[in-house]
Amino acid sequence: MCGIVGLFLKKDELRPKLGDMLTDMLVTMTDRGPDSAGIAIYCEETDGNVKITVQSDTPAADFDDLDATVCAAIDAPVTIKVIDTHAVLTLPEEKEAEAIALLEERGLRIMGAGVSMEIYKEVGLPRDVAARFGLRQMGGSHGIGHTRMATESAVTTMGAHPFSTADDQCLVHNGSLSNHNQMRRKLAKKGVLTRSENDTEVGAAYISSRIAEGASLGEALEGTLKDLDGFFTFVTGTRNGFGVVRDPIACKPAVMAETDDYVAFASEYRAFADLPGIETAKVWEPEPATVYFWER
Amino acid sequence: MTTTLDMATTELREVNTTLQGAAKAQANAKYVIVNPRGSHAMACGLDGALDVTIKGSTGYYCAGMNKEATITVEGSAGPGVAENMMSGTVTIEGDASQYAGATGHGGLLNIKGNASSRCGISMKGIDIVVHGNIGHMSAFMAQKGNLVVLGDAGDALGDSLYEARLFVRGSVKSLGADCIEKEMRTEHIDLLKKLLEQAGADARPEEFRRYGSARKLYNFNIDHAGEY
Repeated sequence: MCGIVGLFLKKDELRPKLGDMLTDMLVTMTDRGPDSAGIAIYCEETDGNVKITVQSDTPAADFDDLDATVCAAIDAPVTIKVIDTHAVLTLPEEKEAEAIALLEERGLRIMGAGVSMEIYKEVGLPRDVAARFGLRQMGGSHGIGHTRMATESAVTTMGAHPFSTADDQCLVHNGSLSNHNQMRRKLAKKGVLTRSENDTEVGAAYISSRIAEGASLGEALEGTLKDLDGFFTFVTGTRNGFGVVRDPIACKPAVMAETDDYVAFASEYRAFADLPGIETAKVWEPEPATVYFWER
Repeated sequence: MTTTLDMATTELREVNTTLQGAAKAQANAKYVIVNPRGSHAMACGLDGALDVTIKGSTGYYCAGMNKEATITVEGSAGPGVAENMMSGTVTIEGDASQYAGATGHGGLLNIKGNASSRCGISMKGIDIVVHGNIGHMSAFMAQKGNLVVLGDAGDALGDSLYEARLFVRGSVKSLGADCIEKEMRTEHIDLLKKLLEQAGADARPEEFRRYGSARKLYNFNIDHAGEY
């Protein structure tokens, strides 16, 4: 099954409440996916800097003095924010590739990077995952979340959603792709590498690679309808946007709500029940094979 | 007397147990359910005359297997509303999600808003009236009963249709395999008039087109292989 949620705020007043609202939506979707949970959240940007989110199974040892180590290696200022098994390192944009190579060399798992996006995901019940990372306290402009019922690959942190395959881009998925191995090989030939065996990561990598080739996000999402086979409801985030697409058969559930304050997505209406003004919101089911997109 | 059940303080299981008991014991008793918050399987398996109003939107499988009860959702309904209904009336004031009224044997499903894909899939005698539009693959393998759509129909309407009658006032994006447009005869006008009245729909029977089975797929014929 899997449960997906997404929230794109139109008004800045709600920004401090984003994590709280997303967490409620995520926890409501627990019985669609109790294997793992995660969110990608777009929070404050710092000028000229990039944030790299990493994960470690032994955070005490791996994150101790990590900022000083990276700082010395890349010869640039580095700050670190450690939250449970994750750490977010902030450093100058031009040093990003160098820093990621170093972090991977040290055995850390790269969750994502970008000027605004941070990703937190782990195995376990959504309620527990949210509590471990303090998701409720996080503010931001938009975010997506996922509760996973594993079908195509193992229950691991790397198999949890959201997936990020380019800076500030992320994707969550309900469904299963049947041509993901073939597409993974096609992408690899183009030099696009994935980090897991997960079908969803291939979906994310496909979109990122199309954007890197010059497609707009809308065009890349259109492309999934032609090039990806299987069942999917995709919800994507970019630095300033939020997009939704369902396959032409559209048997995976999806519902959207829009008010003057926000656009929300969920697998089920239940996830909206606590959103402010939901009683008078425009609520609809996204059409199959149709791309929906909002940008600020 | 009307009994109110508040789902902010009453568990779903208790709500359904109360309704199911009342359906058998108290003919035509009235129940109002508040704070449904999109819960699943609400007012399911009611076996008897009962009047239930749900104040808000529901999740999966609301009013499933209904028999004789009158159920109104004052909101939208999730996937599988009134699935396998036997008799009675289910009214959705808002929209309905996928496979509304699937496999229904009887009764009336009255959707005031739009219905999503696969509306009336495999219907077996139910009457479904949709005041808005319906999505793709609606009435797939429908066997008996009537589907009335005041708005438009999506792709592949009535694919592999048996003897159900489909009436659409608006446009049909495409017809499924073995589904064809058929003549509207007096008997169909009369039937449609009755259904529209029952559903409180503001439309004239003459505005509709009728679709039904070409009956080519009933028997295997290699020349029809391309139709499957």
